[in-house]
Amino acid sequence: MPTLTIRDALNLAIKEELARDEKVFIMGEEVAEYDGAYKVTRGLLKEFGPKRVIDTPITELGFAGLGVGAAMAGLRPIVEFMTFNFSILATDQIINSAAKMLYMSGGQFNIPIVFRGPGGTALQVSSQHSQALESWYAYFPGVKVVMPSTAADAKGLLKSSIRDNDPVIFIEQERMYGLKGEVPEDPDFTIPLGVADVKREGTDCTIVARSLMVPLALEAAEKLQEQGVSCEVIDPRTIRPLDIDTIIESVKKTNRVVLAEESHPICGVNAEISHEIMERAFDYLDAPVKRVSGADVPMPYAKNLEQLAVPDVAKIIAAVREVAYLD
Amino acid sequence: MTKQSAAPPSRAGADEQSSTGVIDPPKEIDKKKLAQERDQAKERQKDRLGGLEQQQLIDLYRQMILIRRFEEKAAEVYVAGKIGGFCHLYIGQEAVAVGSISAIRKDDYVLGSYREHGQALAKGMSARSIMAELYGKATGCSKGKGGSMHMFDKEVNFLGGHAIVGGQIPLATGTAFASKYQGTDQVTLCFFGEAAVNQGAFHESLNMAQLWKLPCIYICENNQYGMGTSVDRAMSLRDIAQKACAYEIASEFVDGMDVLAIREATLRAVERGRKEQLPTLLEIRTYRFMGHSMSDPGKYRTRAEIEKYQERDPIKLLAASLIEEQITDEATLEKLDKEVREEVEDAVRFAEESPFPSPEELYTDVYANPIETGQSRTIR
Repeated sequence: MPTLTIRDALNLAIKEELARDEKVFIMGEEVAEYDGAYKVTRGLLKEFGPKRVIDTPITELGFAGLGVGAAMAGLRPIVEFMTFNFSILATDQIINSAAKMLYMSGGQFNIPIVFRGPGGTALQVSSQHSQALESWYAYFPGVKVVMPSTAADAKGLLKSSIRDNDPVIFIEQERMYGLKGEVPEDPDFTIPLGVADVKREGTDCTIVARSLMVPLALEAAEKLQEQGVSCEVIDPRTIRPLDIDTIIESVKKTNRVVLAEESHPICGVNAEISHEIMERAFDYLDAPVKRVSGADVPMPYAKNLEQLAVPDVAKIIAAVREVAYLD
Repeated sequence: MTKQSAAPPSRAGADEQSSTGVIDPPKEIDKKKLAQERDQAKERQKDRLGGLEQQQLIDLYRQMILIRRFEEKAAEVYVAGKIGGFCHLYIGQEAVAVGSISAIRKDDYVLGSYREHGQALAKGMSARSIMAELYGKATGCSKGKGGSMHMFDKEVNFLGGHAIVGGQIPLATGTAFASKYQGTDQVTLCFFGEAAVNQGAFHESLNMAQLWKLPCIYICENNQYGMGTSVDRAMSLRDIAQKACAYEIASEFVDGMDVLAIREATLRAVERGRKEQLPTLLEIRTYRFMGHSMSDPGKYRTRAEIEKYQERDPIKLLAASLIEEQITDEATLEKLDKEVREEVEDAVRFAEESPFPSPEELYTDVYANPIETGQSRTIR
């Protein structure tokens, strides 16, 4: 199996799907001639031409809405946001149009579209360019929200998202594009949406992590193992719909759980997961559910402040030790 | 002075100046002047009759009167508490939907705002399915899930009423994009009010439409009020047709009370769309005779202003033109009116007798590919 970066795995997924289905096209800022601001679309213009790989003006609301309209008329757009920070301008079309169209049309118009791009925290770009927005999108029925953490997941999940008949918000972590992993070559390799993955098995504590938190949780688990604590790391991969059964099953086994995320704690995805655990596995818990979240502040620029604002391995380890009553 | 690269908007067929200057609402009713203006409009319309067969003209009349009677009935059942929520009526603007949609094919796309009942009827949706939707019944065009502001019918490519001002404009640009992408010669008609012109969605869409040469016809129904705010109080440059110049898009200013003028202008835009795959902006000056919605007492307009436009009622205008030119007679038009009233009554009966959606419908149509994961979706 070849080893690819997440960037190249995503590129391959888009390439294979463009080749597979004429109705698929990709549009966004700098996706074509510039080869992508983060090079995810590198080489696609050359291979598929300007009809299928389209540079847009900086007009996020406009091209997001154009994509939704094109989907209503039978196409399968991939709309790239240079970063998800800019998707905020497009939320009217993502939420009011894409998410609700099928429902308010009484089942007549589904919207097979993927909104994708880098998101999450970045390094020293301050408040407007470094934030995790998945809880916003996951709030809305009608969309699916996907966040891969490995190269294989990135490829398999993106291909499933493109083939899915509903709007998918596909958030890549911009700090993870260079991360390498083995990726199956089969052009029909896909990973179903809505299925969590147990990234590491363990018996003493469950760590639920997504996106950038997954490699950090795995590193924490490795270190905790040395301290005699066996951690199970679960990556939901799809935030909406959330594979809660896999998480509950794990909690019933370990009786302790830490939830890690980059996003702000209030109204976050982990608040939701925590509720589900309380409702379904209350009697199995040996300690209160512990969250490790981004700080409840806009992202600062200064390096030392930024490090304080984002969860790291040490914070995850401390949380696990806390729920295990080790300190 | 920079070079003006697009031609100024055509004003052929418009009796009034576009809204470059201040719209001056009449303070007093000058009946003589109103009658004179009406007669001038009628003479202009008569000049356009020649382009159509008798039956086509009568069909246009029938569609306008159907929309009028449908909306009157919607108001009646709304007041009676049969339909809920918002209800934005199209009375006074019928010529815009009927004239423009008569210029396109069934497979062309139409998208509108929340004031879309008339466009839905003109596109060929049945009065039954629209009325049932207003009633929130399972037999409604959107299965009772959309209501007044979200009428859809895939069969006739009516792609919705959309209820965020200007939200349909990028969507329509997208259907036009899809037509070009797929190599069809379909065009898209996109209806919106003049207030939508102040939204970024309008400007972003027009820029993309001309940049990528998309066959979208943007129809600005300038009824001169965004809810209770007159265009004078909301728009710095009130000549909407002229805004197209900023994007090098062809545009026309059209009299919205003359169904034939609207049809002709749309035909020119359709030709441009089908043959050259170019967009057009039509500013169609119209007027809504009723309030913004059913809950609007309309205190921001003078009686004289409303009477001025009622004198120019597009339905009365066409009736007078047809009768005076002996294309039809009063008895025929009365018979049509009777037929239409029956059609609307039938729609009401159908809506009354139809069932509400079953409770299971609450959770259908959220996803085309639903995925069960065990996550709670209800409060237990």
